[in-house]
Amino acid sequence: MSEIAQKVKAIIVDKLGVEESEVTPEASFTNDLGADSLDTVELIMEFEKEFNLSIPDDQAEQIGTVGQAISYLEANVK
Amino acid sequence: MNLRRVVVTGLGALTPIGNTVPEFWNSLSTGVSGAAPITRFDASLFKTQFACEVKNLDVEQFIDRKEARKMDLFTQMGLIAADEAIKDAGLDLEKINLHRAGVIMGSGIGGLRSFQDEVTDFARGDGTPRFNPFFIPKMIADICAGFISIRYGFRGPNFVTVSACASATNAIIDAFNYIRLNKADIFITGGTEATITEAGVGGFNALKALSQRNDSPTTASRPFDKERDGFVLGEGAGCLILEDYEHAKARGAKIYAELVGGGMTADAYHITAPHPEGEGASNVMKHALEDAEMQPEDIDYVNVHGTSTPLGDISEVKAIQRVFGEHAYKINISSTKSMTGHLLGAAGAIEAIASILAIKNSLIPPTINHFTDDEDFDSRLNLTFNKAQKREIRAALSNTFGFGGHNASIIFKKITE
Repeated sequence: MSEIAQKVKAIIVDKLGVEESEVTPEASFTNDLGADSLDTVELIMEFEKEFNLSIPDDQAEQIGTVGQAISYLEANVK
Repeated sequence: MNLRRVVVTGLGALTPIGNTVPEFWNSLSTGVSGAAPITRFDASLFKTQFACEVKNLDVEQFIDRKEARKMDLFTQMGLIAADEAIKDAGLDLEKINLHRAGVIMGSGIGGLRSFQDEVTDFARGDGTPRFNPFFIPKMIADICAGFISIRYGFRGPNFVTVSACASATNAIIDAFNYIRLNKADIFITGGTEATITEAGVGGFNALKALSQRNDSPTTASRPFDKERDGFVLGEGAGCLILEDYEHAKARGAKIYAELVGGGMTADAYHITAPHPEGEGASNVMKHALEDAEMQPEDIDYVNVHGTSTPLGDISEVKAIQRVFGEHAYKINISSTKSMTGHLLGAAGAIEAIASILAIKNSLIPPTINHFTDDEDFDSRLNLTFNKAQKREIRAALSNTFGFGGHNASIIFKKITE
Protein backbone atom coordinates (compact mmCIF):
# COMPACT_ATOMS: atom_id res chain seq x y z
CA MET A 1 0.00 0.00 0.00
CA SER A 2 1.30 3.47 -0.87
CA GLU A 3 2.01 6.02 1.82
CA ILE A 4 -0.92 8.06 0.55
CA ALA A 5 -3.27 5.09 0.84
CA GLN A 6 -2.13 4.46 4.39
CA LYS A 7 -2.74 8.06 5.43
CA VAL A 8 -6.15 8.10 3.72
CA LYS A 9 -7.17 4.96 5.60
CA ALA A 10 -6.02 6.37 8.90
CA ILE A 11 -8.05 9.57 8.36
CA ILE A 12 -11.15 7.56 7.50
CA VAL A 13 -10.77 5.30 10.53
CA ASP A 14 -10.37 8.34 12.76
CA LYS A 15 -13.14 10.52 11.35
CA LEU A 16 -15.78 7.88 10.69
CA GLY A 17 -15.00 5.72 13.71
CA VAL A 18 -14.85 2.53 11.65
CA GLU A 19 -12.59 -0.51 11.84
CA GLU A 20 -9.58 -0.54 9.54
CA SER A 21 -10.72 -3.82 8.00
CA GLU A 22 -13.87 -2.12 6.72
CA VAL A 23 -11.89 0.50 4.82
CA THR A 24 -11.54 -1.44 1.56
CA PRO A 25 -11.00 0.29 -1.82
CA GLU A 26 -14.60 -0.44 -2.89
CA ALA A 27 -16.14 0.83 0.37
CA SER A 28 -18.46 3.79 -0.17
CA PHE A 29 -18.29 6.51 2.49
CA THR A 30 -22.04 6.89 2.69
CA ASN A 31 -23.33 3.39 1.88
CA ASP A 32 -20.72 1.26 3.65
CA LEU A 33 -18.95 3.43 6.21
CA GLY A 34 -21.91 5.25 7.72
CA ALA A 35 -20.94 8.77 6.64
CA ASP A 36 -23.57 11.46 6.10
CA SER A 37 -23.08 14.39 3.73
CA LEU A 38 -21.35 16.49 6.40
CA ASP A 39 -18.95 13.67 7.23
CA THR A 40 -18.01 13.45 3.56
CA VAL A 41 -17.28 17.17 3.40
CA GLU A 42 -15.14 16.83 6.49
CA LEU A 43 -13.20 13.91 4.98
CA ILE A 44 -12.38 15.92 1.88
CA MET A 45 -11.20 18.78 4.11
CA GLU A 46 -9.00 16.45 6.09
CA PHE A 47 -7.44 15.13 2.86
CA GLU A 48 -6.79 18.72 1.79
CA LYS A 49 -5.15 19.49 5.10
CA GLU A 50 -3.09 16.31 5.27
CA PHE A 51 -1.83 16.48 1.68
CA ASN A 52 -1.72 20.25 1.42
CA LEU A 53 -3.79 20.62 -1.72
CA SER A 54 -7.14 22.07 -2.67
CA ILE A 55 -9.79 19.77 -4.11
CA PRO A 56 -12.32 21.71 -6.25
CA ASP A 57 -15.97 21.03 -5.39
CA ASP A 58 -16.80 19.41 -8.74
CA GLN A 59 -13.99 16.93 -8.25
CA ALA A 60 -14.76 16.37 -4.58
CA GLU A 61 -18.25 15.30 -5.62
CA GLN A 62 -16.72 12.49 -7.66
CA ILE A 63 -14.97 11.03 -4.64
CA GLY A 64 -17.40 8.58 -3.07
CA THR A 65 -15.28 5.55 -2.21
CA VAL A 66 -12.00 4.87 -0.47
CA GLY A 67 -10.43 3.81 -3.76
CA GLN A 68 -11.58 6.97 -5.56
CA ALA A 69 -10.05 9.09 -2.83
CA ILE A 70 -6.74 7.25 -3.01
CA SER A 71 -6.49 7.42 -6.79
CA TYR A 72 -7.41 11.11 -6.86
CA LEU A 73 -4.79 11.91 -4.28
CA GLU A 74 -2.12 9.71 -5.86
CA ALA A 75 -2.69 11.53 -9.13
CA ASN A 76 -2.76 15.03 -7.67
CA VAL A 77 -0.45 15.15 -4.66
CA LYS A 78 2.89 16.54 -5.70
CA MET B 1 -58.21 28.85 32.35
CA ASN B 2 -57.26 25.96 34.57
CA LEU B 3 -53.53 25.51 34.79
CA ARG B 4 -52.16 22.02 35.19
CA ARG B 5 -49.83 21.11 38.06
CA VAL B 6 -46.20 20.40 37.20
CA VAL B 7 -43.90 18.06 39.11
CA VAL B 8 -40.27 17.03 38.96
CA THR B 9 -39.87 13.32 38.26
CA GLY B 10 -36.22 12.95 37.25
CA LEU B 11 -32.86 14.61 37.84
CA GLY B 12 -29.46 14.53 36.18
CA ALA B 13 -26.33 16.42 37.19
CA LEU B 14 -22.80 16.63 35.90
CA THR B 15 -21.02 19.15 38.09
CA PRO B 16 -17.61 20.20 39.42
CA ILE B 17 -18.50 18.48 42.71
CA GLY B 18 -20.06 15.27 41.44
CA ASN B 19 -20.75 13.60 38.11
CA THR B 20 -24.12 12.16 39.14
CA VAL B 21 -27.00 13.46 41.26
CA PRO B 22 -26.12 11.32 44.32
CA GLU B 23 -22.46 12.40 44.17
CA PHE B 24 -23.51 16.02 43.69
CA TRP B 25 -25.82 15.92 46.71
CA ASN B 26 -23.20 14.20 48.84
CA SER B 27 -20.72 17.02 48.11
CA LEU B 28 -23.38 19.71 48.63
CA SER B 29 -24.36 18.36 52.00
CA THR B 30 -20.78 17.96 53.20
CA GLY B 31 -19.49 21.28 51.88
CA VAL B 32 -16.98 20.25 49.21
CA SER B 33 -15.35 22.83 46.93
CA GLY B 34 -14.95 21.97 43.25
CA ALA B 35 -12.24 24.54 42.57
CA ALA B 36 -8.74 23.57 41.43
CA PRO B 37 -6.02 24.78 39.05
CA ILE B 38 -7.24 24.87 35.43
CA THR B 39 -6.35 21.75 33.42
CA ARG B 40 -8.28 22.47 30.24
CA PHE B 41 -5.58 24.83 28.93
CA ASP B 42 -2.33 26.39 30.08
CA ALA B 43 -3.54 29.28 32.22
CA SER B 44 -0.14 30.44 33.42
CA LEU B 45 -0.45 33.84 31.74
CA PHE B 46 -3.99 34.45 33.00
CA LYS B 47 -4.97 36.55 36.00
CA THR B 48 -7.15 33.68 37.16
CA GLN B 49 -5.56 30.24 36.96
CA PHE B 50 -8.21 28.09 38.61
CA ALA B 51 -11.81 27.11 37.98
CA CYS B 52 -14.43 24.56 38.94
CA GLU B 53 -13.98 21.91 36.25
CA VAL B 54 -15.91 18.69 35.88
CA LYS B 55 -13.50 15.92 36.86
CA ASN B 56 -12.83 12.37 35.62
CA LEU B 57 -15.32 12.62 32.77
CA ASP B 58 -15.18 9.74 30.31
CA VAL B 59 -17.43 11.04 27.53
CA GLU B 60 -17.17 7.86 25.48
CA GLN B 61 -18.78 5.91 28.28
CA PHE B 62 -21.97 7.79 27.34
CA ILE B 63 -21.58 8.87 23.73
CA ASP B 64 -20.14 6.96 20.80
CA ARG B 65 -16.73 8.38 19.85
CA LYS B 66 -17.82 9.20 16.31
CA GLU B 67 -20.82 11.18 17.58
CA ALA B 68 -18.93 12.80 20.45
CA ARG B 69 -16.39 14.23 18.02
CA LYS B 70 -19.15 16.31 16.42
CA MET B 71 -20.17 17.88 19.71
CA ASP B 72 -18.71 20.67 21.77
CA LEU B 73 -18.12 19.80 25.42
CA PHE B 74 -21.23 21.74 26.44
CA THR B 75 -23.39 19.45 24.30
CA GLN B 76 -21.69 16.32 25.57
CA MET B 77 -22.28 17.42 29.15
CA GLY B 78 -25.93 18.25 28.50
CA LEU B 79 -26.52 14.86 26.91
CA ILE B 80 -24.89 13.03 29.82
CA ALA B 81 -27.04 14.89 32.36
CA ALA B 82 -30.16 14.28 30.25
CA ASP B 83 -29.37 10.58 30.15
CA GLU B 84 -29.21 10.37 33.93
CA ALA B 85 -32.48 12.32 34.26
CA ILE B 86 -34.34 10.12 31.77
CA LYS B 87 -33.18 6.97 33.55
CA ASP B 88 -33.95 8.44 36.95
CA ALA B 89 -37.49 9.29 35.83
CA GLY B 90 -38.05 5.68 34.78
CA LEU B 91 -39.55 6.92 31.52
CA ASP B 92 -40.62 4.17 29.14
CA LEU B 93 -40.11 5.87 25.78
CA GLU B 94 -42.33 3.25 24.12
CA LYS B 95 -45.28 4.23 26.28
CA ILE B 96 -45.26 8.02 26.37
CA ASN B 97 -46.54 10.26 23.60
CA LEU B 98 -43.26 11.56 22.21
CA HIS B 99 -45.09 14.31 20.28
CA ARG B 100 -45.96 15.81 23.65
CA ALA B 101 -42.44 15.49 25.03
CA GLY B 102 -40.13 18.48 24.58
CA VAL B 103 -36.64 19.69 25.32
CA ILE B 104 -35.72 23.19 26.50
CA MET B 105 -32.12 23.66 27.57
CA GLY B 106 -30.41 26.84 28.68
CA SER B 107 -26.91 27.84 27.65
CA GLY B 108 -25.48 31.28 28.22
CA ILE B 109 -22.80 30.99 25.59
CA GLY B 110 -22.75 27.71 23.64
CA GLY B 111 -19.72 26.08 22.02
CA LEU B 112 -17.07 28.59 22.97
CA ARG B 113 -14.21 26.05 22.69
CA SER B 114 -15.31 25.09 19.16
CA PHE B 115 -15.61 28.73 18.14
CA GLN B 116 -12.25 29.63 19.60
CA ASP B 117 -10.42 26.69 18.02
CA GLU B 118 -11.90 27.07 14.57
CA VAL B 119 -11.37 30.82 14.36
CA THR B 120 -7.84 30.46 15.74
CA ASP B 121 -7.07 27.90 13.02
CA PHE B 122 -8.39 30.23 10.36
CA ALA B 123 -6.42 33.18 11.70
CA ARG B 124 -3.22 31.15 11.71
CA GLY B 125 -3.69 30.07 8.09
CA ASP B 126 -3.09 31.96 4.87
CA GLY B 127 -6.63 33.26 4.61
CA THR B 128 -7.99 30.23 2.73
CA PRO B 129 -11.39 29.54 4.30
CA ARG B 130 -11.20 25.94 5.47
CA PHE B 131 -13.95 25.72 8.02
CA ASN B 132 -14.98 22.35 9.33
CA PRO B 133 -18.54 21.43 8.30
CA PHE B 134 -19.27 20.64 11.95
CA PHE B 135 -18.05 24.04 13.14
CA ILE B 136 -21.46 25.74 13.12
CA PRO B 137 -23.49 22.78 14.45
CA LYS B 138 -20.90 22.27 17.21
CA MET B 139 -20.96 25.90 18.25
CA ILE B 140 -24.60 26.97 18.15
CA ALA B 141 -26.19 27.12 21.58
CA ASP B 142 -29.38 25.27 20.61
CA ILE B 143 -27.64 22.15 19.41
CA CYS B 144 -27.70 20.34 22.74
CA ALA B 145 -31.51 20.46 22.78
CA GLY B 146 -31.41 19.13 19.22
CA PHE B 147 -29.13 16.22 20.11
CA ILE B 148 -31.26 15.32 23.13
CA SER B 149 -34.39 15.17 20.96
CA ILE B 150 -32.59 13.02 18.38
CA ARG B 151 -31.40 10.61 21.04
CA TYR B 152 -34.77 10.15 22.78
CA GLY B 153 -37.20 10.93 19.97
CA PHE B 154 -38.81 13.83 21.85
CA ARG B 155 -40.78 15.57 19.11
CA GLY B 156 -42.47 18.38 21.06
CA PRO B 157 -41.25 21.97 21.57
CA ASN B 158 -37.47 22.15 21.27
CA PHE B 159 -35.16 25.12 21.76
CA VAL B 160 -32.52 26.80 23.88
CA THR B 161 -32.95 29.79 26.14
CA VAL B 162 -30.16 32.34 26.32
CA SER B 163 -30.18 34.84 29.15
CA ALA B 164 -26.60 34.54 30.41
CA CYS B 165 -26.55 33.20 33.95
CA ALA B 166 -30.35 33.03 34.12
CA SER B 167 -30.58 30.79 31.02
CA ALA B 168 -31.39 27.50 32.75
CA THR B 169 -34.01 29.08 34.99
CA ASN B 170 -35.64 30.62 31.94
CA ALA B 171 -35.60 27.17 30.31
CA ILE B 172 -37.28 25.60 33.34
CA ILE B 173 -39.92 28.34 33.46
CA ASP B 174 -40.67 27.91 29.76
CA ALA B 175 -41.04 24.14 30.12
CA PHE B 176 -43.20 24.70 33.21
CA ASN B 177 -45.50 27.02 31.29
CA TYR B 178 -45.92 24.72 28.29
CA ILE B 179 -46.97 21.88 30.57
CA ARG B 180 -49.26 24.12 32.65
CA LEU B 181 -50.90 25.34 29.44
CA ASN B 182 -51.41 21.76 28.23
CA LYS B 183 -49.12 22.19 25.21
CA ALA B 184 -46.96 19.23 26.26
CA ASP B 185 -46.82 16.59 29.00
CA ILE B 186 -43.12 16.10 29.63
CA PHE B 187 -39.94 18.12 29.25
CA ILE B 188 -36.27 17.52 29.62
CA THR B 189 -35.09 20.93 30.75
CA GLY B 190 -32.18 22.58 32.50
CA GLY B 191 -28.91 23.95 31.25
CA THR B 192 -25.40 23.19 30.16
CA GLU B 193 -22.23 25.26 29.87
CA ALA B 194 -18.53 24.67 29.18
CA THR B 195 -16.57 27.90 28.88
CA ILE B 196 -13.33 27.14 30.71
CA THR B 197 -11.26 28.12 27.69
CA GLU B 198 -8.75 30.89 27.02
CA ALA B 199 -11.53 33.06 25.61
CA GLY B 200 -13.86 32.33 28.52
CA VAL B 201 -11.42 32.96 31.34
CA GLY B 202 -9.71 35.83 29.51
CA GLY B 203 -13.05 37.46 28.73
CA PHE B 204 -14.38 37.23 32.27
CA ASN B 205 -11.02 38.38 33.64
CA ALA B 206 -11.24 41.46 31.45
CA LEU B 207 -14.61 42.19 33.04
CA LYS B 208 -12.94 41.87 36.46
CA ALA B 209 -15.62 39.35 37.29
CA LEU B 210 -13.46 36.42 38.41
CA SER B 211 -11.76 35.76 41.72
CA GLN B 212 -7.98 35.94 41.43
CA ARG B 213 -7.25 34.03 44.63
CA ASN B 214 -4.76 31.77 42.83
CA ASP B 215 -3.01 30.75 46.04
CA SER B 216 -6.17 29.18 47.44
CA PRO B 217 -8.68 28.07 44.80
CA THR B 218 -10.88 26.06 47.17
CA THR B 219 -11.57 29.11 49.36
CA ALA B 220 -11.98 31.57 46.47
CA SER B 221 -15.75 31.28 46.03
CA ARG B 222 -16.89 32.88 49.28
CA PRO B 223 -20.27 34.56 48.87
CA PHE B 224 -21.09 37.12 51.60
CA ASP B 225 -17.55 37.02 53.01
CA LYS B 226 -15.90 40.40 53.49
CA GLU B 227 -12.89 39.32 51.42
CA ARG B 228 -14.83 37.99 48.42
CA ASP B 229 -13.22 39.05 45.15
CA GLY B 230 -15.31 37.67 42.32
CA PHE B 231 -16.85 34.46 41.08
CA VAL B 232 -15.16 31.19 40.20
CA LEU B 233 -15.92 29.95 36.72
CA GLY B 234 -17.58 26.53 36.66
CA GLU B 235 -18.82 24.14 34.00
CA GLY B 236 -21.28 21.31 33.78
CA ALA B 237 -24.91 20.51 33.20
CA GLY B 238 -28.13 19.87 35.05
CA CYS B 239 -31.35 18.33 33.76
CA LEU B 240 -34.80 18.05 35.24
CA ILE B 241 -37.68 15.98 33.98
CA LEU B 242 -40.77 18.14 34.39
CA GLU B 243 -44.09 16.39 34.00
CA ASP B 244 -47.79 17.05 34.21
CA TYR B 245 -48.83 15.88 37.69
CA GLU B 246 -51.65 13.65 36.45
CA HIS B 247 -49.37 12.15 33.80
CA ALA B 248 -46.75 11.38 36.44
CA LYS B 249 -49.34 9.88 38.79
CA ALA B 250 -50.83 7.73 36.04
CA ARG B 251 -47.50 6.10 35.28
CA GLY B 252 -46.63 5.72 38.96
CA ALA B 253 -43.60 7.99 38.75
CA LYS B 254 -41.65 8.99 41.83
CA ILE B 255 -42.13 12.70 42.45
CA TYR B 256 -39.34 14.83 43.89
CA ALA B 257 -41.21 18.10 44.31
CA GLU B 258 -43.75 20.36 42.68
CA LEU B 259 -42.72 23.36 40.59
CA VAL B 260 -45.22 26.00 41.63
CA GLY B 261 -44.08 29.33 40.28
CA GLY B 262 -41.68 31.27 38.13
CA GLY B 263 -40.85 34.95 37.81
CA MET B 264 -38.96 36.85 35.12
CA THR B 265 -37.90 40.49 35.13
CA ALA B 266 -35.21 42.80 33.78
CA ASP B 267 -33.13 45.34 35.68
CA ALA B 268 -33.19 47.77 32.72
CA TYR B 269 -30.14 49.33 34.31
CA HIS B 270 -26.66 48.18 33.17
CA ILE B 271 -25.15 45.44 31.00
CA THR B 272 -23.08 43.80 33.73
CA ALA B 273 -23.64 45.59 37.06
CA PRO B 274 -26.66 44.65 39.15
CA HIS B 275 -29.12 47.35 40.15
CA PRO B 276 -27.60 48.71 43.39
CA GLU B 277 -30.83 48.28 45.34
CA GLY B 278 -31.61 44.94 43.70
CA GLU B 279 -34.81 46.26 42.18
CA GLY B 280 -35.08 43.69 39.38
CA ALA B 281 -34.11 41.00 41.86
CA SER B 282 -36.84 41.86 44.35
CA ASN B 283 -39.41 42.18 41.59
CA VAL B 284 -38.54 38.77 40.21
CA MET B 285 -38.95 37.08 43.60
CA LYS B 286 -42.30 38.86 44.06
CA HIS B 287 -43.42 37.68 40.63
CA ALA B 288 -42.45 34.11 41.40
CA LEU B 289 -44.39 34.24 44.68
CA GLU B 290 -47.45 35.73 42.95
CA ASP B 291 -47.25 33.11 40.22
CA ALA B 292 -47.15 30.39 42.89
CA GLU B 293 -49.97 32.11 44.81
CA MET B 294 -47.75 32.06 47.87
CA GLN B 295 -46.75 34.52 50.58
CA PRO B 296 -43.14 35.23 51.58
CA GLU B 297 -43.92 33.39 54.84
CA ASP B 298 -44.45 30.16 52.86
CA ILE B 299 -40.79 30.01 51.85
CA ASP B 300 -38.21 28.34 54.09
CA TYR B 301 -35.12 28.37 51.89
CA VAL B 302 -33.67 30.75 49.31
CA ASN B 303 -30.92 29.37 47.09
CA VAL B 304 -29.36 32.65 46.03
CA HIS B 305 -27.65 33.64 42.85
CA GLY B 306 -24.84 34.73 45.24
CA THR B 307 -21.83 34.53 42.96
CA SER B 308 -19.28 35.96 45.43
CA THR B 309 -18.89 39.28 43.65
CA PRO B 310 -18.60 42.43 45.79
CA LEU B 311 -21.72 44.16 44.37
CA GLY B 312 -23.98 41.29 43.34
CA ASP B 313 -24.18 39.65 46.75
CA ILE B 314 -25.17 42.91 48.44
CA SER B 315 -27.92 43.88 46.01
CA GLU B 316 -29.42 40.37 46.15
CA VAL B 317 -29.54 40.32 49.94
CA LYS B 318 -31.11 43.79 49.96
CA ALA B 319 -33.72 42.47 47.55
CA ILE B 320 -34.43 39.45 49.75
CA GLN B 321 -34.91 41.68 52.79
CA ARG B 322 -37.25 43.91 50.89
CA VAL B 323 -39.39 40.99 49.69
CA PHE B 324 -39.37 38.90 52.85
CA GLY B 325 -39.36 41.63 55.53
CA GLU B 326 -39.22 40.15 59.04
CA HIS B 327 -39.58 36.65 57.61
CA ALA B 328 -36.10 37.06 56.05
CA TYR B 329 -34.70 36.30 59.51
CA LYS B 330 -36.56 33.00 59.65
CA ILE B 331 -35.51 31.56 56.32
CA ASN B 332 -32.28 29.83 55.42
CA ILE B 333 -30.29 31.50 52.68
CA SER B 334 -27.35 29.77 51.01
CA SER B 335 -25.15 30.04 47.95
CA THR B 336 -24.21 26.64 46.59
CA LYS B 337 -21.89 28.48 44.20
CA SER B 338 -19.49 28.56 47.13
CA MET B 339 -18.96 24.87 46.28
CA THR B 340 -19.80 24.49 42.57
CA GLY B 341 -18.47 27.77 41.24
CA HIS B 342 -20.60 29.60 38.72
CA LEU B 343 -21.93 27.42 35.90
CA LEU B 344 -23.36 30.43 34.04
CA GLY B 345 -26.15 29.14 31.78
CA ALA B 346 -26.29 25.86 33.71
CA ALA B 347 -26.32 27.47 37.16
CA GLY B 348 -30.10 27.66 37.39
CA ALA B 349 -30.37 23.95 36.62
CA ILE B 350 -27.95 22.62 39.22
CA GLU B 351 -29.29 25.10 41.76
CA ALA B 352 -32.84 23.98 41.05
CA ILE B 353 -31.62 20.43 41.71
CA ALA B 354 -29.91 21.57 44.93
CA SER B 355 -33.17 23.23 46.04
CA ILE B 356 -35.26 20.16 45.19
CA LEU B 357 -32.91 17.82 47.03
CA ALA B 358 -32.81 20.20 49.98
CA ILE B 359 -36.61 19.91 50.23
CA LYS B 360 -36.51 16.15 49.78
CA ASN B 361 -33.74 15.57 52.33
CA SER B 362 -34.75 18.34 54.78
CA LEU B 363 -31.23 19.72 54.67
CA ILE B 364 -29.97 23.15 53.64
CA PRO B 365 -26.67 22.95 51.76
CA PRO B 366 -24.20 25.46 53.17
CA THR B 367 -22.46 28.61 51.96
CA ILE B 368 -18.92 27.39 52.52
CA ASN B 369 -15.80 29.53 52.88
CA HIS B 370 -17.07 31.99 55.41
CA PHE B 371 -14.13 33.50 57.27
CA THR B 372 -14.83 37.18 57.89
CA ASP B 373 -18.17 38.87 58.51
CA ASP B 374 -19.07 41.73 56.23
CA GLU B 375 -20.98 44.50 58.00
CA ASP B 376 -22.87 45.12 54.75
CA PHE B 377 -24.98 42.06 55.57
CA ASP B 378 -27.52 42.07 58.39
CA SER B 379 -26.08 39.67 60.99
CA ARG B 380 -29.58 38.45 61.88
CA LEU B 381 -29.86 36.70 58.53
CA ASN B 382 -29.11 32.99 58.45
CA LEU B 383 -26.73 32.64 55.50
CA THR B 384 -26.07 28.98 56.37
CA PHE B 385 -22.37 29.48 56.76
CA ASN B 386 -19.92 26.59 56.46
CA LYS B 387 -22.13 23.68 57.54
CA ALA B 388 -25.36 22.23 56.22
CA GLN B 389 -28.38 22.78 58.48
CA LYS B 390 -31.18 20.32 59.07
CA ARG B 391 -34.59 21.81 58.55
CA GLU B 392 -38.02 20.89 57.26
CA ILE B 393 -38.49 22.86 54.03
CA ARG B 394 -42.02 23.53 52.80
CA ALA B 395 -40.85 25.46 49.76
CA ALA B 396 -37.61 26.76 48.29
CA LEU B 397 -36.97 29.68 45.97
CA SER B 398 -34.00 29.72 43.58
CA ASN B 399 -32.67 32.96 42.08
CA THR B 400 -30.58 33.50 38.97
CA PHE B 401 -29.48 36.80 37.45
CA GLY B 402 -27.65 37.28 34.18
CA PHE B 403 -25.50 39.86 32.41
CA GLY B 404 -27.90 42.02 30.47
CA GLY B 405 -29.99 42.45 33.59
CA HIS B 406 -32.07 39.28 33.17
CA ASN B 407 -33.60 37.91 36.36
CA ALA B 408 -35.42 34.61 36.79
CA SER B 409 -36.65 32.89 39.95
CA ILE B 410 -38.47 29.62 40.53
CA ILE B 411 -40.22 28.07 43.50
CA PHE B 412 -40.33 24.37 44.32
CA LYS B 413 -42.68 22.99 46.93
CA LYS B 414 -42.81 19.77 48.89
CA ILE B 415 -45.25 17.54 47.10
CA THR B 416 -48.72 17.26 48.61
CA GLU B 417 -51.76 15.44 47.29
